Parts: sequence; C-alpha cells; structure tokens
Amino acid sequence: MAQIEIKNVAKRFGSYQALHDINLTIQDQEFMVLLGASGCGKTTLLRIIAGLETATTGEVWIGGRRVDHLAPRDRGIAMVFQNYAVFPHLTVFENIGFGLRMQKLPNDEVKGRVERTAELMHIEQLLKRYSGELSGGQRQRVAVARALAMEPDVILMDEPLSNLDALLRMEMRAELKGVLAASTTTAIYVTHDQVEAMSMADRISVMHQGEIVQAASPIEVYRNPAAEFVAGFIGNPPMNFLPAAPAGDGKWSVAGQVMDGPSSGKPLKFAIRPEDMRPADTGLTATAKVVEPLGAHLLITCEVQGSMFRAVLDSDMSVKPGDQLTLAPQPDRMRWFDPDTTLAVA
Amino acid sequence: MTAVTTDVAGADTRRAGRWVYVSAVGLLCAWVLVPLYFLLINTLSSPETVNSFPKPFIPEFDLGSLTFFANFAGMLTALKNSILVAGLTMIMSIVIGAPAGYALSRFDFRGKELFRLLILLTRAFPLPLLALPLAVMFIQTGLDDTVFGLALVHTTLAIPFAVLITFALFSGIPLELEEAAWTLGCTRLTAFSKVVLPLILPGITASAIFAFVISWNEVFAAAVLTIENRTLTAFLLQNLDTSPLHLKFAGGFILVMPALIFIFAVRKYLFAMWGIASR
Ligand SMILES: Nc1ncnc2c1ncn2[C@@H]1O[C@H](COP(=O)(O)OP(=O)(O)OP(=O)(O)O)[C@@H](O)[C@H]1O
Ligand SMILES: [Mg+2]
Repeated sequence: MAQIEIKNVAKRFGSYQALHDINLTIQDQEFMVLLGASGCGKTTLLRIIAGLETATTGEVWIGGRRVDHLAPRDRGIAMVFQNYAVFPHLTVFENIGFGLRMQKLPNDEVKGRVERTAELMHIEQLLKRYSGELSGGQRQRVAVARALAMEPDVILMDEPLSNLDALLRMEMRAELKGVLAASTTTAIYVTHDQVEAMSMADRISVMHQGEIVQAASPIEVYRNPAAEFVAGFIGNPPMNFLPAAPAGDGKWSVAGQVMDGPSSGKPLKFAIRPEDMRPADTGLTATAKVVEPLGAHLLITCEVQGSMFRAVLDSDMSVKPGDQLTLAPQPDRMRWFDPDTTLAVA
Repeated sequence: MTAVTTDVAGADTRRAGRWVYVSAVGLLCAWVLVPLYFLLINTLSSPETVNSFPKPFIPEFDLGSLTFFANFAGMLTALKNSILVAGLTMIMSIVIGAPAGYALSRFDFRGKELFRLLILLTRAFPLPLLALPLAVMFIQTGLDDTVFGLALVHTTLAIPFAVLITFALFSGIPLELEEAAWTLGCTRLTAFSKVVLPLILPGITASAIFAFVISWNEVFAAAVLTIENRTLTAFLLQNLDTSPLHLKFAGGFILVMPALIFIFAVRKYLFAMWGIASR
C-alpha cells in the first residue's frame, strides 16, 4: 500500500515561489503523470516527495505515514533523475545493482534482477560498460533500470525517456507501462511530452507556474479542460479561443454567430478543438491563411474576425490559402471559460 | 585521374604529418629522458669515472658514488628528514585542504569568493620575504630546526594547490550522484564512501603527491629554518661548493627519483578510474 498524499505543500527558493499550495492524492498503484511546461516546478515537487528537498510548508504522506522528516532511503522510493546520475565509477551492471547491494541481497538474486531489468530496457549487452562509454539515451535507460530493479513501493521518474529517439521511446513507453502495471508500484512520471502523458497515465496532473491546475484522467483533461491554460496546453494543435458576448437567455454571440452556451451575464471565452468542426452551410466564417496537409488530415490555419483559428479537416477537402470557409462547431464539444478566473464555466 | 593525384598528394601529406608527429614525440622524450639518463649513468659510475672525461654512455653499475653519498656525514639523516617533512606536508595539506575544497564546492557561505582569493594570495608573498620573521617566530615558539616546523611551512605552500585541486574535484562530482545514492539506500556517509570517495581518490592522490613533491623540492625555507635537521635539498645546497661532482650527481639522482617513481606508480590511478584509459 503506497498511497501518496501531498498536503498544502509550498516551496520557496529565496524570494521565488516555486510551488504554491499543492494538494494531490495519488492512489496506491496509480500511474500519475505530472505534465507542464519547463520551469513549472515538476522536478521540485518530485524532489520534495523523494526527500531531496524540504518543503517550505506542508506535509507529504506515503502509505499512510508522514515522511517529511525521513531521509530518502527510508521512504520506500526510487527515483530516476532528469540528468540520469549514473555512477561513472561503476559498470552498468553495478549501477543497476547498486540499490540491491545496499540491501545486502545475495549475489545471484542481484544478478537475476539486474539482468531482468537490463533486458527490459534493452541494455543487456552493455552491462560491462562504464557510463563514459554510453550514449545519452543508453545512460538514461540505465537510470530507469536502476530504479526499476529496486522494485520500490513508489517510483519517481523525471522525464525518463526524454533522450530517446521516437521509435525507441514508443517501445520503452509500452515496456515501462507494462512492467509497472504488472507490479504493485505507485508511479509518478514527469514529462512535458503530451503524447507520452496521454498514452501512459491513469491520471494527468497539469502543472502551471507552481500550481496543479487539473488532475484528471487523460480523456477528461483533453475533453474538459478545467482552465484556459489546460485547454491551450493540451492537444496539438491546442484549442481555439474566441471572445463571446452574452446575447441573453443562454445565447452567445461568437464571431457574429449565435450559439447556445451557459447562462452567465458577463463576457466569456468560447473554445473549441480544431478537430471538432465541420464545414457546413452556417457557422463561423474563416479565411484560410496556411494549409498544411498532414496525411490523414489537413491542418488549416485561418483567421476568424482577426483572431487566429486552427481547424483540422479531412484531407480530401480541397482548400487553398485565401479561401473562405464556413465551420460549424460540434455543439457537445464547445467549451466556455471565464476570462477573469480563466476557469471553465459549465 | 585527378582523384588519383589528390590521393597521392593526400598520402604524401599524411606521411609528412606522421613524420612530424613521430619526430616531435621523439624530441619531447629525448628532452626529458636524456638528462635523466646522464644522471643515471653518473650516479651508477665510480667516482673516478664521473670526474674523468669523456664519459661513458653505458652505466658501469658501480655503486661507488652511491656508497660515498650514503657514507657522507649527515646525508642519510638529511634524506630521512626530507622524507619525514614531505610525508607530513602531504598528510597535513590533504587533511586541511580537502575539507576546505569540499566546503567551497558544496556549501554557499558569505565571503566564499574572498576566501578563494585569499587562498591564492598566500602564494603572492615571496618566501624570502617571509623567511626572516618566520625564523624569528619559530625560534620564539621552539619550532625552529624541527621537522614539524618545516612541514608547517611547506604545508602552507602546498595548501593552495590542495584546496584548489580538491575544490575542482568535488565540483566535478554532481550533487545528483550523491542524491541518487541516497535514494538507493545510502546514508550520507555511505554515499560519500561509495560514490564520492572512489571518484575523487585519484585526484586526492594526485594532489597528495603534488604536495609531497612541493615539499621535497623546496630549498629556501628548508635552508633558512633548519640547521641540524636539514632536508636533503638544504643539505646539498649547503655542501654545494665543497662536495665533489659524484656526490652532486648521486644527490641529484636521489632527489629526482621519488617524484618520478611516485608519479609513475599512480599514473594508472590518475587516468584509468572511469574508463578513460580504455578509449
Ligand atoms: N535550487 C534552486 N534554487 C533556486 N531556484 C530553483 C532551484 N531549483 C529550482 N528552482 C526554480 O524553481 C522553478 C521550478 O524548477 P523545476 O526544476 O521544478 O522545473 P521543472 O518543471 O522540472 O522544469 P523542466 O521541465 O525544465 O525540468 C524554476 O523556475 C527554477 O528556476
Ligand atoms: Mg525538471
């Protein structure tokens, strides 16, 4: 049982507030992804959970035990560092076996576990090498293997696949997910790759400037972003925004079109995903600026009443720059945000 | 056709480059080895051969000069003093210098930059300037003419290097390595001994040897601060004009050897620790 609870955790570095009042519960055996732009505090949060950094205020609980005062070794965690931290004076084998040796496991057990995890990470042929003789991606996989070999209650991974090529990354993603699903380990996985986040996570926590903006399942984060930041961060291309003026009675005027929306008296922002629009007879009038064929789809960057607007349409459409399009948003996919609080309005 | 000509020209250039390379290496080796070889020949020749001319190119393996050296009154004591002083200097400069280097690299404290500057500044005062007041002070405290007193002076000479070398060493070891060890079940102490120590050992050895050699070669302070307990350098200097040529050669040889042997012995340690040698 290793449920992780983060209660009111804040962290200051001097006068810089890196984390603001973080509250997050990660269920036992859950795979939680921390997703956010560079510098938003992902590593800092991970280090606080690991015990490498002390929170300025707040509490960290692991498996029903308060661990703030415990050294990293007593927290039942293993960590994959962003910069790998592979020991240069040890071979790959001894690196992976380092934690097991510290636990004084018998030699054959160490050997078995090291070989198994090395195979998993496709580095079994490198076991005799030193870190100076490895590529960045290989070193990164040694770091992951070293943490996996510990079979910890909690594994904290800081962008563990960032240095691999696309193909290997996809493969490792599946392997990692498989191993962790088969184990009883609770995982926190930091990334700024949304595809990785979407494909691996049980839940995604989207972080922004030291705060967790939304923690929900991947599809929920994608479909129902809790805040404008999430809507603009998740998805490639992200959501489109247009100003919406109230037209009374749950009606809204968006770029000259009247649409159904929430009943609110003040101006909102209308949002729609690029793929949630169809060419139709009535809808938003857009002028195509750039047309990018992406194989299955056509990515069209256009202008709607002076705002940039993207649409993903079927690739058998023939659209040229300068064409006028009429795009109808799917009614059940329209979202609304309060421009003052930036939060979603239902 | 042109390709062939360029190829020939390329091969020519490469051959010329190789020739330059080989002769440069040869020249450098000769630069270092020839004087050492003459030193060796003259040391291993009988006193008569040393003082005659022309000299042989092959050593006679006559221990006459060395025996003379060993029997020269006070010489062995001087040798012993040199070893003692250099050994003490080595230990003290590492014991004091390495923690200072660690502190400089791992902790932030006020006046850190000033501290680093001050360490370097200790080298700004020429020893002759300090020697007289030092001698007076040593006489007052009873440290004059002792091995320990001289080792103290040599330690102050060696410490800046020890601090700066170990500072660079510790800085070269990312804190993350220690942190990784902590998450893998190490305490601060075991992380230090299992990760940091093996990584800095070659460097510590190198700076220890450096301290030893600094002390071993130092002559000025040794000559001023000791009378009875002279080190080898001071003793040889004292007897420079009165001693015969073969004694000088033997003395020179004995002075050069430890530095050479030491550095030769640890050369693997200095390079091979993390697989650099296997490249
Ligand atoms: N030791 C420190 N001292 C001062 N500021 C720090 C320190 N560590 C981190 N910060 C600051 O805290 C913020 C969050 O850093 P953090 O490393 O957690 O970001 P991150 O989300 O992991 O970013 P990335 O994706 O680039 O790794 C950054 O603005 C960073 O400059
Ligand atoms: Mg980070």
